[in-house]
Amino acid sequence: MRGEALLQIRGLHVSFDGFKALDGVDFDAYDGEVHFLIGPNGAGKTTLVDVITGLTAPSEGSVRYGATELVGKPPQKIVRLGVGRTFQTATVVDALTVGENLDLAASFRLPLRKLLRRRRGLDPPVVEALETVGLAPQAEEPAGSLSHGQKQWLEIGMLLVQEPRLLLLDEPVAGLSAEERTRTGELISLIAADRTVVVVEHDMDFLRRFANVVTVMHEGRLLCHRASVGEVQANQEVQQVYVGRARGARGGVEVS
Amino acid sequence: MMARLPAGGRARFWIGFATSAAALLVIAPAFMSDFRLSLLAKFLCFAIVAVGISLAWGHGGMLVLGQGIFFGLGGYSMGMFLKLDEAPAGQLPDFMTWSGVEHLPVLWEPFQHAWFAVGAAIVIPVVLATLLGLLVFRRGVRTAYFAILSQALAAAFVILLVGQQGLIGGTNGLTNFQSFFGLTLADPANQRILYFAIVIALGAVFLLARQLVVSRYGRLLVAVRDAETRVRFLGYDPATIKVVAYAAAAGMAGLAGALFVPVVGIISPALLGVVPSLEMVVWVAVGGRASLAGAVVGALLVNYAKTGLSERFPSAWTYVQGLLFVVVIVLLPKGLAGVGEILRSRIPRPRLAGGTAAELSTSPVERRPA
Repeated sequence: MRGEALLQIRGLHVSFDGFKALDGVDFDAYDGEVHFLIGPNGAGKTTLVDVITGLTAPSEGSVRYGATELVGKPPQKIVRLGVGRTFQTATVVDALTVGENLDLAASFRLPLRKLLRRRRGLDPPVVEALETVGLAPQAEEPAGSLSHGQKQWLEIGMLLVQEPRLLLLDEPVAGLSAEERTRTGELISLIAADRTVVVVEHDMDFLRRFANVVTVMHEGRLLCHRASVGEVQANQEVQQVYVGRARGARGGVEVS
Repeated sequence: MMARLPAGGRARFWIGFATSAAALLVIAPAFMSDFRLSLLAKFLCFAIVAVGISLAWGHGGMLVLGQGIFFGLGGYSMGMFLKLDEAPAGQLPDFMTWSGVEHLPVLWEPFQHAWFAVGAAIVIPVVLATLLGLLVFRRGVRTAYFAILSQALAAAFVILLVGQQGLIGGTNGLTNFQSFFGLTLADPANQRILYFAIVIALGAVFLLARQLVVSRYGRLLVAVRDAETRVRFLGYDPATIKVVAYAAAAGMAGLAGALFVPVVGIISPALLGVVPSLEMVVWVAVGGRASLAGAVVGALLVNYAKTGLSERFPSAWTYVQGLLFVVVIVLLPKGLAGVGEILRSRIPRPRLAGGTAAELSTSPVERRPA
């Protein structure tokens, strides 16, 4: 393998009022990979992302990012270490313009007294991000007026200007059109060139096109860790979990 | 909102600012009677409080229902200085003598100095708000619970003051002021000087608040108001961002209280308890909480309406005020500042001021999504 994993998760347990959302999860992500995390609803994918980013505290286990332990750190500190994330429902600040959203994302290392100055125009990294995500024409529009897909891109742009080393994308293509999915996938590939990207996703077609490595979760455990797309598709257990749950479940995921 | 406008918007702002300044500094003193001018001075003090509330509540989403505390701290700081300043050498302030106090309480000692009293009027509220804010916002306490807490503190503050008859005049508060920095307060010419000082203070406070609002910090404050968790994932600590606005609002209320005392000649618990604190929020709601100028206009309009109505129908005002608040919240969430906006563009309002319902979440602590 390629030496030490960038992200090393060991023995993670999380329970909500007795419900075991994560039940002993070990997980690795290496530099430069697009690592897909899949599994039926309630498998614990988002919980895992929440633990990594400091939103949820585990009852047991460790999350090592490089040499740093992330468990116990508040979200803003984890972000400052270079771990960025997006949310299932794109959360941008609707009342601010697209440019302002990106500008705030880019300014997070400024001390408070510098934040008290008025912004003059947009900084080069912000302009670059606007172009990368294709939102340059909307820079002056309120983020609230964007479509769902555009908001997802804006979120990815906000991650880009923060220059994280590890990105966690929580269902970046849920609810997007086929065209928007392709565009998002291309964006992810572009970003992944010099970063590690973990993508939580349901969509198998999307996975086939853009994943390097796949981890499957089921009921708070890993069903298969760091497999290839082919291996996952051939795996009987994975098939069963998906097909078994897919009948009648939301958006039945097809694995074939 | 005035914030994101480019050059044209800035020019418009300065024209508006200069026009208002001219109206207040030249026209009002030229045409108003001494009585009316002194009334305006009092309302301008309220406007200073309103600017702070607009910053904390309108931009930062913190429903501050206890600004009376800070207004009172400023007022009492100034009141204590005035009392000591005019007491004959070696004598105690009048009310202390009446209450049988024989030695000047230690608390009063530093307030002999004008610089200390004026500084304390601003610094004490700022420090108190900072400590309170760090305690509350670090724990992710929700808006509604913060509002209740701030109001409960206002109630407690009044009880504390009322119980201290000998120390700070109890229910009566501090009153019977004769002079202000050597100027006889009964003299209309001196009241005019005071009026000008208040106009200048309001202008300074307004520019400071505006700088906060148009800076990156101001954008961040709005972001915290609308999407606190998201801001955390941009790498900022929302507690720090909120504390700055809350402390600034507290300092403004303190300054306003200090200026209010020589104009009105009294500071007492009745001026800073739960009801006055709520009234302050009503001014800002009526004017438009997300607009600094709206807050100033709201404070002036509501207080003029109150004076006008109370002169004719003394008991009706409370009902009118309650009705006004309900009507504004339901029909004009952006207050009067929103009316212009509605007229300018027929586009239905985005979700700028729509936070009211969402703020009243049921959980006392921010929800941690599973």
